[in-house]
Parts: sequence; structure tokens; C-alpha cells
Amino acid sequence: MAGNTPRRVRESHRKSQRGAEETPLVKWLLVGTAGLFLLVFLLLPLVNVFAQALGKGLGAYFKALEHPDTLSSIRLTLLTAAICVPLNVVFGVCAAWAVAKFEFRGKALLITLIDLPFSVSPVVAGLVYVVVFGLQGYLGPWLADRDLQVIFAVPGIVLATLFVTFPFVARELIPVMQATGTDQEQAAMTLGASGWQTFWRVTLPSVKWGLLYGVILCNARAMGEFGAVSVVSGHITGLTDTMPLRVEKLYISYDSTGAFAVASLLALLALVTLVAKTWLEWRQERQFEAAQHVETSTSRDEGTGPT
Amino acid sequence: MPGFGLTMGYTLFYLSVIVLIPLAGLFLRVLGMTWSEFWGMAMSPRAMAAYRLTFGASFVAAVINVVFGTLTAWVLVRYSFPGKRFLDALVDFPFALPTAVAGLTLSSLFAPNGWLGQVLVPMGIHVAYTPLGVTLALTFIGLPFVVRTLQPVLEQLERETEEAAATLGAGRLRTFVSVVAPTLFPAALTGFALAFARAIGEYGSVIFISSGRQFESEIAPMVIVIRLDEFNTNGALAIAVVMLVASFTMLGVINVLERWVSRYQH
Amino acid sequence: MWRIHSALWCWALVWMWTAASVEGKEIQLLNVSYDATRELYNEVNVAFAKHWNERTGDTVLIRQSHGGSAKQARSVMEGLPADVVTLALAYDIDAVSKNSKLLPADWQQRLPENASPYTSVIVFLVRRGNPKAIHDWSDLVRPGVAVITPNPKTSGGARWNYLAAWAYALETLGGDETKAKEFVARLYRNVPVLDTGARGAATTFVQRGIGDVLIAWENEARLALREFGADRFELVMPPLTILAEPPVAWVDRVVKRRGTEEVAKAYLEFLYTPEGQEIAGRNFFRPRRPEVAARFADQFPVVRWVTIDGVFGGWAKAQPTHFGEGGVFDQIQAVGR
Repeated sequence: MAGNTPRRVRESHRKSQRGAEETPLVKWLLVGTAGLFLLVFLLLPLVNVFAQALGKGLGAYFKALEHPDTLSSIRLTLLTAAICVPLNVVFGVCAAWAVAKFEFRGKALLITLIDLPFSVSPVVAGLVYVVVFGLQGYLGPWLADRDLQVIFAVPGIVLATLFVTFPFVARELIPVMQATGTDQEQAAMTLGASGWQTFWRVTLPSVKWGLLYGVILCNARAMGEFGAVSVVSGHITGLTDTMPLRVEKLYISYDSTGAFAVASLLALLALVTLVAKTWLEWRQERQFEAAQHVETSTSRDEGTGPT
Repeated sequence: MPGFGLTMGYTLFYLSVIVLIPLAGLFLRVLGMTWSEFWGMAMSPRAMAAYRLTFGASFVAAVINVVFGTLTAWVLVRYSFPGKRFLDALVDFPFALPTAVAGLTLSSLFAPNGWLGQVLVPMGIHVAYTPLGVTLALTFIGLPFVVRTLQPVLEQLERETEEAAATLGAGRLRTFVSVVAPTLFPAALTGFALAFARAIGEYGSVIFISSGRQFESEIAPMVIVIRLDEFNTNGALAIAVVMLVASFTMLGVINVLERWVSRYQH
Repeated sequence: MWRIHSALWCWALVWMWTAASVEGKEIQLLNVSYDATRELYNEVNVAFAKHWNERTGDTVLIRQSHGGSAKQARSVMEGLPADVVTLALAYDIDAVSKNSKLLPADWQQRLPENASPYTSVIVFLVRRGNPKAIHDWSDLVRPGVAVITPNPKTSGGARWNYLAAWAYALETLGGDETKAKEFVARLYRNVPVLDTGARGAATTFVQRGIGDVLIAWENEARLALREFGADRFELVMPPLTILAEPPVAWVDRVVKRRGTEEVAKAYLEFLYTPEGQEIAGRNFFRPRRPEVAARFADQFPVVRWVTIDGVFGGWAKAQPTHFGEGGVFDQIQAVGR
């Protein structure tokens, strides 16, 4: 899917430009329109978050963030991401390994199924778990008899988040692993490396940037998910409110500064995500250029992924 | 190569536990309803009005995104100008920003006392708490999908054909319409489908900017939540199934389109 | 590979921080309440924690969950582990008792005053200067008046609003049920947004600027006046209203399981003490204790009201007739469009 596929490495056509180039006027008109559109449509909302959050001064801002219920929502959000990201990484690595290194029937179907959560509305994702784990649902009574709380508690929030972030790591890793092929692994194993050794020493280093990319996107979504979590949370202040839910709660409690203060943290997270993403793409580009350089100038048996 | 059994087994296990079995549970619950019961709840007037807004606003948002997304992708690929890297990174912002924050800040920007609302509201343009605002929020979240789909295609576009057209005396606009546009079409359509698919499921950003007026500013996921809050679980499920069928259809369409694009490119 | 290791360390740190915060020796209570009590219980919880600490030396931390009353009741039935429920009307707690057996049917006899430590009435909040000249229920059905009230299916306040309108119609239209139904149907045709809770409706009216009049709890309306200033809104007391008695109860099965029975009871009893009553009054709820109520007399004008038992024969009768599946409200909604 766009937006989360690592951009195919740039190959700018800087060759001849005679005739196939707009006049400078048209060019600057187009650049101006696009630039203005992006600034008003994307940058202004971002600036607005911080302006509203800091509008009543730094004191009010930090006071809003220091509220114990806000702190606990930050903690819950971090906890959720700390559970969901590793689980989805393990799944993503497994799925990518199975899909990229082997041929089997139903592969296209499997990839489509992995993509499925992307297209399901977050609200429906939450609803699904209410149906399964609610007291009026399939497993609810059984769980209640054993004093196990799933929905309206942290496990439900984690499950809903797992669902919506499910494809992120797998989606990034599959094309990368497919691109690297199996030659290096086979070479390593011919030299006597075990499967695990091969995985840790050969496969993982060669896909680590793709993996990191997936982790960053997965983490951003895990921390920012609203719809799915909202359905299963139970909205217990200080206990099952994640940061996005806290934003909503503060907003309807007439506390605009507080809502924007928490929102500013999430916007900051988005900025960090963007910077990390840009940095990764820049690295990939350089790596690709370096690899091409190596390929053309020296012999072919050099590995693609320098560690 | 080792590890097929392990990785495949775990993949299927995890996929089943997190996605397939819960979804199957939902469908199973729906199968317990009678057809007329299901149909009545899935197609109630309020739900119909919500579908109209959901699909209509998503469609309009995706169209806007194709127009501005193509422009943005074109500018980012073809020209170099100061701040390009920054704008390029900024395109992903809606993707990285939690939707609740997007909704909160958009509604505050367009509220009568907001930065943009101050200008627009006196002109009679009401964005916050209207269907227009819903469309705007859906446009916001969909933009990266179109730009990121078009960018690689534009990068691989053969400049030579454009040059040939120019040599044959075609004007720049004519070249764009008859040479570039047809090549971009499959990718633009894919971008459109992705943005549309993303928009129909959106909830977080919309609830902040929608007025929630029934029959006017309610999107389908909002009606699901309302039904759930009424503890009319079956009513929620009926609408959820309609939305799921729509998402599955979009997923299929996108798969076909993506295959088409990759065939076009090679 | 050091990067992977440092990433793992980061995770470990996050885990330790979050895990450390989860445990703790204090007692925790979960109070599942309705929408209009956010500010009230914020204050009650602090006061009670101090009171309980002085009495026993234990620290108690009270968690809150707020939302439409019926929605909250149903969340408790779905498994939300509430130690105490403090809802908008008795029927919602009855429903928890009946459907989930979490508390006995006679819960309302366990505390004084029908287990309702404070009361409230239903009032109108209008925009400054009352531009649509809204003074009575009959003004709400005029064409072109946009009325904001929450969804009676999910909100307790909304059901009081609905019943107050119904009681008015019965009285002025000569006790004719059909005419009353027609009146209430006309009122709901003027409602552009049915929020799930009273607070959501107040947000729609106050922050989103939708509607000409908000039908609201007296405490909610006065709170909006205090938060946003009397220069934007005015409170209109209709000549006839309904007395709302929001009840409280501890949830036996949850408190027994969690060992919080004693503190849960003490918490609810605290609401009846002079201190608890004082806090209720400060948050615009009408206190039960006459000596406390007297101190807030100018805040709570005397108004003519009906009661749920007097006009509707109690919640057990009113709820299924008006708000049940296929009840009067459903019929009104179905023909409304």
C-alpha cells in the first residue's frame, strides 16, 4: 500500500530535457500551487496543534501534561505499543520468511489476508472483539467465571491495536525479502551454518532497514489508534484511556488546552516518525547507490547488504 | 531452505487468532439473524443516509486527492526547488498523525474562531460541523496514498516519448494530456482506490469535525458506534457487515489495479 | 547488531516503567457513573480519600468512567468491573440487577432516600438574549427551533428530558396520551443531533454552536454557565419540570470478589454526610439534607415538578412503555422520517 511501501529507489532522469519541459512560469506556478496546498492543508493543522496547546503559556501546558490521568494514558499507550510492536515484528518476520523464501499454493490469498486489516474500518475491528469477548458474546461468560477481564481492560486494547497494526511489519518485509532472494542464505548453509545462525547473521542484517521501517510505522499507528480502541476501552479514567482517548475526553470536558497538550505529544510522535522515515529512505538510497557503484566497478560476488 | 513449517505455521496461527477467527465470529453472529431482520437494520433510513455520506464524501475526497496528489507528485518528481525535501516528507504527515489529532486540529482550524474559520465563516463557508468538514477530513487522511502511488510511476516515466511528442510539434499541455496522462491513469486510479478505501473506514478524525446530525453528517462507523452504545449489537453488526463487504470489494479492486499498474510499468 | 540490542533495552525500560506503575498497595474503586457527574465525583473522590485515610490509614484511589447512563449500565452488564454504580436513574441499576445478577433486586432499600443522595431537575439552556424566545415546553415544538437533547436509548438525562416533555403535554392537552405522543414526536423532529450522553449534547450545543436550546440537567446547565460565562448562555427554568433522582449502589459481586465491600459502602454513605452534601450543592446538585439545601437556596429556585412515580407509575412501567424495543420512542423515530 502506498504511504507505507518503502519508496522505490529514485532514479531521476536528468538526461536530456529539450522540449519536454514546462516554461519557468508554468513550473513555478505548479510548484507554488502544490507548495501552498501542502502548507495550508498539512502544515497549518500541525502548527495549529502546538499553537493551541501553548496558547495559554508553558505553565498551563506542562500542568495539563502533569495531570496523573494524562500520565497514566501516556503509560498505557507506551505499554500497548511495547506489546504490539514486538508481536507484530515476530509475525512479520515469520510471514515474510514463509512468503518470500518459498513457493506454495494460495500465496496470493495469504498476502491478501495479511492486508485485510488495512481495509477494515477500525470501528469494525473493535466491534469484532466485543462480539467475541463481551459478556453477551462467545467467550465473555466463560472468562467472567474465571475473573478474566479482556474487553474494558488492557488485553482488549492490546488486541484491538494488534488487529489494526497487523499488516505493517509484514507488508514492509515481504518485498524486501523477496528482493534479496535466497542465494546468500543458501551459501551460508552450504558453509555449515544452522538455520538460526543463517537467519540472525545473514537474513536479518540484509532486511534490517525494511524491518525498522515497518517498526516505525507500526509503532506510530499503535500509539495513535483511536476507533478500534475506543470501542473496547470502557473509558475508565486513569486506567483504560490511551492518549488519543484522553484527547477526546479532555475535549468533551471543555478542557481545550489539555486536549491540545496531549495532542501535541502525539503530533510530536508523528514528526519523529516522519524524520525517522525520511532518514531511512535517505539511507536506503545511499546504500542502493553504493551497491550499484560496487556492482559496476568490482566483481559480482559481493553481498548487497553491508552490515 | 529450512523453517517453512515453523514460519508458515506461526503465520497462519497468528493470522487466525488475531484476524480470521474474530471476523468469522462476527459473521457467525450475523448468520443467527433472519434475513429480514438483518436487511431492516442494515438498510434503515438512518443507515442509508450514513452510507450515502460515507461513500459520497469518500468519493469526493478521493477525487480531490487525485487532482492535488497528481500535482504534488508531479512537482516533487519533476522539479527541484528549495524546500522540496521538506514538502516531500510532509506528504506523509497525515499518515503518521493519529486521526484523533487530525480531527481535533482540523475542527479547531475551521471553527468560527479558528485561523481559517475566521476568514471562511464570514464568507458563508461553513466547514466545521458540516458534511463539507467530513469531506475535508477524509481528504486529509487520503492524500499520502495518491502521492505515494504516483511518485514511483512518474519517476519511471520515459522522458523520451514526451520529447518525441514535443519534436512532433505537440504543445506541453497536449503532450501531458495525450502522452503522460494515459500512462499515469492506472496508478492514479490505484491511488484513488486506496484513498477511497481508507476514507470509507475512517472514524477518529471525522467524529471531531462532524456535527453528528442524523441524516446529514453521520458516517457509517458513527452509526455503528451509536448502535453499539444503544446495545443494539445486532444493529451494529448489520451495518458492520455492509462496511466489511465494501472493504473486501475495495481490497479486491485494489489488488487487480496494482497488478495492472505493475504490468503497465514493465 | 548493537542497534537491535539497544532497541530491546528501550523496550525493557518501557516495560519496567509501565509495570512498576501498575502495582501499588492502595485500594482501588471503580465508580461507573453517568455523564453529568464528572466534576462532582472529581471533588467527592478527593474528599473521600482524605476521609478514609483519616479513618483507617489506608489510601484509596477512585477511578471514574462516565458516559450515557444506559450505555454505562450495559457496559457493566458486558463486564465493566464497577465497584459502585452512580447512574442517572433507578431503572438502569434495576437492569443491571435483573440481567446480570450482579446486585440484589432490593438495592434501592439499602441506602436512605431511595438510594439517591442528591436530586436535580430538567431545565433549558438557551443562547444569550434568548433569541428564539423559549420559555416553556410548547416553544420547543415550534417549527424552526432546533432542540439539542441526547438519545434516550443511551442517556439517562435524555429520558428525564423526554418524560418531562411528556408530562407537560399530558397536563396541557387534557391527559390525552395520543396527543402527548404527537407533541413529543414534534419535539423530536426538531432535534438535529442525538448524542449518546448529556455531556456530548452539551458539547454539541456549547462548543459546536448547534441548536437554539439545550434540554439539560440543572447541574449541567449551571456548569456550562460557569465554564463559559453568562455572556453566552442563559438558563430558562420551565414552569413545569420533573424531579430527577439519580441513585447509587455498590455492586455486590464485584466488591465481594475484589474485597472492597466496606470501602465501597463507606464511599456511598459519604455522599449523605454534610461534607458530601456540601460538595453536591457546590456542583449544582440539589442536596437532600435540609440544612445543606438551605445554604444553597438562592442557587436552586423553587419550581413546580412532577415525579416519575406520580405521573408514570415508576420506572418499571415507564421504561418498557417508552424506551423499550418498539416502545413509544422507537415509534416516534420510525415515523419521524
